[in-house]
Amino acid sequence: MTTAEMLELDRLREEVAQWRARFDASKKRDGYFANSGDAVHPVYTALDSAGDGAALELPGEFPFTRGIHATGYRGKLWTMRQFAGFGTAPETNARYKYLLSHGQTGLSVAFDFPTLMGYDSDHPRSEGEVGKCGVAISSLADMETLFDGIPLDKVSTSMTINGPAVILFAFYVAAAEKQGVDTKQLRGTIQNDILKEYMAQHAWVYPIEPALRLIVDNFEWSAEHIPLWNTISISGYHIREAGATAAQELAFTLADGFTYVERGIARGLDVDDFAPRLSFFWDIHNDFFEEIAKLRAARRIWARHLKDRFGAKDPRSLIMRFHSQTAGVTLTAQQPMNNVVRVAYQAMAAVLGGTQSLHTNSMDETLALPTEQAVQVALRTQQVLAYETGVPSVADPLGGSYYVEALTDKLEREAETLFEQIAEVGGVVRGLETGWLQRKIAESSSRQQWEIEQHRRTIVGVNEFVTEEGELTIPLLKVSAAAEQEQRARMATMRASRDAMLVESRLETLRNASRTDTNLMPYILDCARAYCTLYEIRAAMETVFGAYREPVFF
Amino acid sequence: MLQSLEALIADFEAGKLAALARAVSIVENHRNGYDELMTRLHAKIGRARRLGITGPPGAGKSTVTNLIVQSLRREGLRVGVVAVDPTSPFTGGALLGDRVRMESVALDPGVYIRSMATRGSLGGLSARTAEVADVLDAFGFDRIIIETVGVGQTELDIARTADTTVVVLVPESGDSIQTLKAGVMEIADIFVVNKGDRPGADRLRSDIELMLGLRRGATGNVPAHHGVQLTGLNEKGVGPKSANPMHLARKAAWMDNPEEWTPPVLGTTASKGEGIDILLEAVGRHFRYLEVSGSLKGRRRRRLRNQVTEVVSERVRSRLWEDAETNAWLEAQLDRLELGSVTPFAVADELLRRSGPLLTGVGA
Amino acid sequence: MRPIRVLVAKPGLDGHDRGAKVVAAALRDAGMEVIYTGLHQTPEMIATAAVQEDVDVVGLSILSGAHMTLIPRVLDLLRDDGREDILVTGGGIIPREDMDALEARGTGRLFGPGTPTSELVAYIRAWFDARESQIA
Repeated sequence: MTTAEMLELDRLREEVAQWRARFDASKKRDGYFANSGDAVHPVYTALDSAGDGAALELPGEFPFTRGIHATGYRGKLWTMRQFAGFGTAPETNARYKYLLSHGQTGLSVAFDFPTLMGYDSDHPRSEGEVGKCGVAISSLADMETLFDGIPLDKVSTSMTINGPAVILFAFYVAAAEKQGVDTKQLRGTIQNDILKEYMAQHAWVYPIEPALRLIVDNFEWSAEHIPLWNTISISGYHIREAGATAAQELAFTLADGFTYVERGIARGLDVDDFAPRLSFFWDIHNDFFEEIAKLRAARRIWARHLKDRFGAKDPRSLIMRFHSQTAGVTLTAQQPMNNVVRVAYQAMAAVLGGTQSLHTNSMDETLALPTEQAVQVALRTQQVLAYETGVPSVADPLGGSYYVEALTDKLEREAETLFEQIAEVGGVVRGLETGWLQRKIAESSSRQQWEIEQHRRTIVGVNEFVTEEGELTIPLLKVSAAAEQEQRARMATMRASRDAMLVESRLETLRNASRTDTNLMPYILDCARAYCTLYEIRAAMETVFGAYREPVFF
Repeated sequence: MLQSLEALIADFEAGKLAALARAVSIVENHRNGYDELMTRLHAKIGRARRLGITGPPGAGKSTVTNLIVQSLRREGLRVGVVAVDPTSPFTGGALLGDRVRMESVALDPGVYIRSMATRGSLGGLSARTAEVADVLDAFGFDRIIIETVGVGQTELDIARTADTTVVVLVPESGDSIQTLKAGVMEIADIFVVNKGDRPGADRLRSDIELMLGLRRGATGNVPAHHGVQLTGLNEKGVGPKSANPMHLARKAAWMDNPEEWTPPVLGTTASKGEGIDILLEAVGRHFRYLEVSGSLKGRRRRRLRNQVTEVVSERVRSRLWEDAETNAWLEAQLDRLELGSVTPFAVADELLRRSGPLLTGVGA
Repeated sequence: MRPIRVLVAKPGLDGHDRGAKVVAAALRDAGMEVIYTGLHQTPEMIATAAVQEDVDVVGLSILSGAHMTLIPRVLDLLRDDGREDILVTGGGIIPREDMDALEARGTGRLFGPGTPTSELVAYIRAWFDARESQIA
C-alpha cells in the first residue's frame, strides 16, 4: 500500500470511529442479529469488505460472483417455473396448460408421495396418499397423459424426484419418443440429488452407494443421449427447510456437489463432460441481504473449486446455474395474505442474487396445495418484478454495496470452514453414515425453534401482531378422493393391456444387469417402454441393492 | 377403560399383549395392584434366559439387538426387549429412541419391545428393570434382552440382572481401554467390537484381549500388540489356530480352571449383519456354562437378593423422606446442627431410633 | 406423579420430520417420556407401538394430505386393541374442516403449523391431569 493509501485508510477509520461515537450516544434499540445469529453492524463501509482492492469483478467473468452471464437478465430473463402437480395426470395436464397460457415459461412437476417413494398408486402403502401432494405417475402411460398436447421439444421440464429419479426420467424420455420428438432436443432437469435426501428430505429408496451409482450412470448416459438435459439439481432448499442456517445450506449443498463431481471423475468421466450439466437449487429465506450474499458466494465458491480442485477447463463447467424457491418454512397459516408479501420480498432477493429460474410459493400453501387464484398471484409476483420494477435491468446491482460484499465474503469463509470440518469427518457420505451432518441441522433447527418461542425471533401474525379474529377463510384446494379411485382404474386398464411377458423379460434383464457394473439407463428405459410400472422397476433393482434403513439422529 | 386387576390378569394369562403392556406399567410404576400382581406372577418367573446388552452411546447396540432378535425369531423363540435410555437430569423427560432401530420386527407378534427411561433414579432402576423383565418372563417369552446405554454404575447394576452380559464397544467412540470404567471389565461375559469395517476395530479387540490377559496374570513376555483374528472361536472361546502367546496363555489358564469363563472378544459389523451368528453362539455357550457350573443358580439367587435389598432401600427411603413429621423433625434439628452442638451422625442415629414404627409400619 | 408417556409418530410416506422432532424434543424438555417411531410408519406399526409401550398419548405428524385416511385408521386399530383411552393428537398440514371432522371421529385437539410447542405441552398436561384425577 502506498503512503497516500495508508493515510486515506486512517482517515476513513477516524471518520467511522467518530460516526460510531455519535451512533452509540444516540437513542436506539439494541441487538440486531441476522437470521444466522451473527451480529449485524449498523452500517457498513469500505473498511468492512475484505476486498483485495485490486480485483474488479464483472458478471460473466470468473469467479462469477456477480453472475454467470455478462448480459445478465437482458440476455435472458429468469424462467418462471411454478412447481405444480396434484391428483391424476389429466388434472395436472390441465393445470400445466393453464399456467403456460398465463405466461409461465417452464414446467415443473410435483409428484405425489407414493411416486416420490417409488410406490405405484395401487400399492397398499399408497392408500390415502395418491395424488395428495403431487401428481401420481406410476408408468409411461401416466407420463404420456401428463404431457398430452404439450410438445416436449418446445418446453423445458423440471421434475422434482429423487429416490426413483432415473425411472421417472426414463418415463419422460419414452413419452417424448411416443410424441415423435427428437430426444436430443429435450431440455429440463431431474432433481436426482440423493445425498440431500439422506440428510434432510428423507425420500430415499436404495442405500447410499447403489444410489450414487445410478446418479453417475445417468451423468454418463445423458451426456451422450440427452445432451441438453440437466442431470441433477443439487439442492440446498430441503437442507435449509429442515432447519439449517444459510452458511450450512451453502456448505452442505456445495459439499454434495463436490461429492458428485468426485464420483463422476472416479467413474472415468472427464469433468468437463458432465459438469456443465450440473445445476443447483437454493432456498430463498427471509433475511434479504444474507440470501443475496449466499447466492453470490455460492457462484464464487463453485467456480473456484471446479477450476482449482477438479481442473475443469470448460467455462461451462465453472458456472453455477440454479433454480430458486421462496422458503416454504417461512409461510404462516395465520393471516395467510401476509405470505404474499413475504414471497414478494424473497422473490426480489432471488432476482438480485441472479437466479436462472424461480418458483414463488402461494399464500395458502401452509393449509393445502394452491388454488388457481393463489398460484396466479404467485406468478404475477414474478411478472411484476420482471416487468415493472426495473430490477432486472442491471446485473448484480448490489455489487459494491459494502454490506453485501462483506456478507458474501463472510459466508464464503464460513463455508470453507465447514468444508474443512466435513473433510475431517471423512467426507459427505461418512458424514451421513455417522449422522454428523444430520445432527448439525437438527441443532440449528432446535435453536431456531427456541428463538421463536422465546420471542427472540418475530413472526408476524404468529408470535407478534396476532389477531384474534377467526382464521381468515380463503378457498382451499381439495384433492378429491376420487383421484385415487380413478388412478387405480387407469392402472388396471394399463396392466390389462400391456404385454405381460415382455414386462417380465425386461425386468429380469434389468435385475441381472444390476448385479454388474454396466450402465443401467438403457435397461431402465427398455422397461419403461414396455409399460413396466414404477414399483416393478424399483423392486427389480431393490432385490439387488437392498433398501435404505433410516438411522435416526436428533 | 380401566379394567379390574382380575380381568387384567386373566387377559395376561390368555396372552394378550395389551394386558402385558398394562402389567408392565403397573410394575414399573409400583401402581395400585403391584403387590398383588407380582405375587400372582411370581411362580411363573424363571423360564426365560436374560441377555444384557450395554455399551457407550453410538456403539450400535440397538442394531446389534435388532439382528439378535431376528436371529432368535428364526429359531422360533419369542423375544421380549427392554430398552433403557437416560432421563434428562434437568428436565425429567427422556427421548426413547431404541425402538426406531428395531423396525424390522415392529409387527412380529413374537416380539415385544418396551422402552424405559432411567428416571434419574435414587437407586431402584435396576430393580425396576429386573421386575419388568420378570413380567415378560412370566408372560412366556423365551428370551429377554435388556439393552442399556452407557457404562455407568446404574447400567452395570442392570447388567447384573441378566444371565449373560454383552458389552458392545466401537473403535471410534474415543474410548480407549484405559478410559473404560473398571466395572465394565468385570461384568462383561462377552465383548463385542462393532463397526468392524472401521479403522481401529482390530486394534481395539487386541487391546481388550491384552487387558483380559493381564487380568488373568498371563503376561510375561506378551508382545505389545498383535493383530487378532477372533472369528471362528472354538468352544473354549479361543481361536483354533491361534499361535498368539496371549491366546495360548489364556487357553492354558482356562484349562487349569474350567469353572472360569473367559470372555471372548468378538467382532461384528452390525450394519452389514456380520458376526451375529457367532455372537449368539457365544451367548448360548455362556448359558450352558452357567448351567453346568452352577453359576446360573447363583446369579439368579443374587438377582433375587438384590431385588429384595433394592426394594428395602426404596421403601426405607420413601417411608422416611416422604413422611411429613420426620421431615419437620429434621428441619427442627438444623439450628442445633448449625450451632455445632450436635453432629450429623448423632442426628441420624436419633432419627433412626425414633423411626422404628415408621419403618416397619408396625405399632405407630 | 409419574412422567407422561407419549408416542411421536410419522405415519405414511411423508419424510419431513423437522416438526415431529421439534415436538419430541419439546415434550422431553417438558418432562415427558417420548418414544419416537421414526419415518414411514403404517397405522399398524403405530398402534402396535402405542399398545406395547402403554403410552398415554399418541402424537401424529402429517404433512402429506393423507390424514383423512391414516388418522382414522390409527383410531380404529387402537379401539380394536381396547385402547381407545389413549389420546390421539397431532398436527401438520390439516385444514380446519378436516380437523373438525377428525375431532368428531375421536381424536383430541389437532394443531396447525406455527402452534407454539408450549401450547401442545399445556394441552397434554391438562388432559393427563384431568384423567388422573378421574381415576383417583
